[in-house]
Amino acid sequence: MSNLFPISVTVNGVLYQKEVEPRLLLSDFLRHTLGLTGTHVGCEHGVCGVCTILFDDKPARSCIMFAVQANGHKIMTVEGLSNDMEHLHPLQEAFSEKHALQCGFCTPGFLMTLIPFLKENPDPTEEQIREAISGNLCRCTGYQNIIEAVKLAASKLQASKATVAN
Amino acid sequence: MKPAPFEYVVPKNLNDCLNFLYQHSETAKILAGGQSLIPTMNFRMAQPEYLIDINNLNELSFIRTDKTGGLQMGALIRHHQVENDPLIAQKAPLLHEVMPWIGHVQIRSRGTIGGSLVHADPAAELPSAMVALNARFKVKSKKKERWIPAEQFFVGLFATALEPGEMLVEIAIPAMPLHSGYSFQEYSRRKGDFALVGVACMLVLDKNKVCEQARLVYMGVGEGPVLAAQACQSLVGKTLTPDLLQQAAKIASQNDLTPPNDMHASSAYRRHLAEVLGHQSLSQSLERAEKSF
Repeated sequence: MSNLFPISVTVNGVLYQKEVEPRLLLSDFLRHTLGLTGTHVGCEHGVCGVCTILFDDKPARSCIMFAVQANGHKIMTVEGLSNDMEHLHPLQEAFSEKHALQCGFCTPGFLMTLIPFLKENPDPTEEQIREAISGNLCRCTGYQNIIEAVKLAASKLQASKATVAN
Repeated sequence: MKPAPFEYVVPKNLNDCLNFLYQHSETAKILAGGQSLIPTMNFRMAQPEYLIDINNLNELSFIRTDKTGGLQMGALIRHHQVENDPLIAQKAPLLHEVMPWIGHVQIRSRGTIGGSLVHADPAAELPSAMVALNARFKVKSKKKERWIPAEQFFVGLFATALEPGEMLVEIAIPAMPLHSGYSFQEYSRRKGDFALVGVACMLVLDKNKVCEQARLVYMGVGEGPVLAAQACQSLVGKTLTPDLLQQAAKIASQNDLTPPNDMHASSAYRRHLAEVLGHQSLSQSLERAEKSF
């Protein structure tokens, strides 16, 4: 049996100090150790994209990282997007309004992939959106409504930025 | 779908790392980006006893130029860094063009250039690009340090010239000759998948527009990167015409390659792709090389 390693990791702004077995996947750490079950687990070999989280602000597959590697790093999961159902993130609102999900299993991965994408590409073309979501699989929607939602989210985010600027 | 237990080792510096690797070369694996290693560990196809995490070795994380205008990169440089680095876009535009083809954005934010090269997947983009670019790899062990040309580094299916206790530490790419053109073409079933067939191409012309060097390197058609030697030979010393390029692509697909048959594509289909993509990459390379005059 391998030893336990102490790690301290910031998840959604909260510092956690835990002891983990080195082989514990980051996705399992988030779900089972921290109880943050918004991050889903699908293929467990880096193909389906449902476990996507932000690792130091960059999208990464949490199922092909070890929790011990997150020591000293900053993570954001889908739970970090909004505090309650009344105040969803504009991207979440857009997904809801455009019916960009049916079963919802893939949604957290899409959202976490798109947060940094929209930051870097505030006014994306459809081609850029398709490229951005190419690493996430959805078996319900056929992607069309997801693309519509990203367009809507982009305009919502632009509008809220304009309001803040004014 | 969970990895078998292992001992986790975090070396403080490269020497530490090489010492440990020397002692446990048979049972240790190096963990860099982990984007290929951890999936194989999840499947338990790999069950290393020790995992040496080199992510803190900042000495392997650099991008710089040498005196001759060539590029030097530490093995721990991540794909997204290569993709977004202006120096690389300028000095090694072929490499810059290859990067978006590697996996997806989530993979590129973690995966490392050294990790991809030592993994040596026969359908991966970087090994072929490195062979096309005449890159050289610096490998180090506790006992010695040596340089291996990319062409000699890939020795078979997921196999490299690395000896037990050695690790890849640096990648050197020579400066692009004055009149050179490049191209990268790939066909895969879905965007971001490994290539069914891909090809990296470099053409170098002399001042009279005569072909001085041709590098047409395929992926997905063999046990590693495949340099289409006969096709390249058919171009060197000649003034390149569309007919010659068409003919070279045919030579590559018919004489230089023995593509595998598998569930993803038949050998004949891969041969067809090799000709089409080879022709496209040669044509684009020539077009780009001619712009330099």
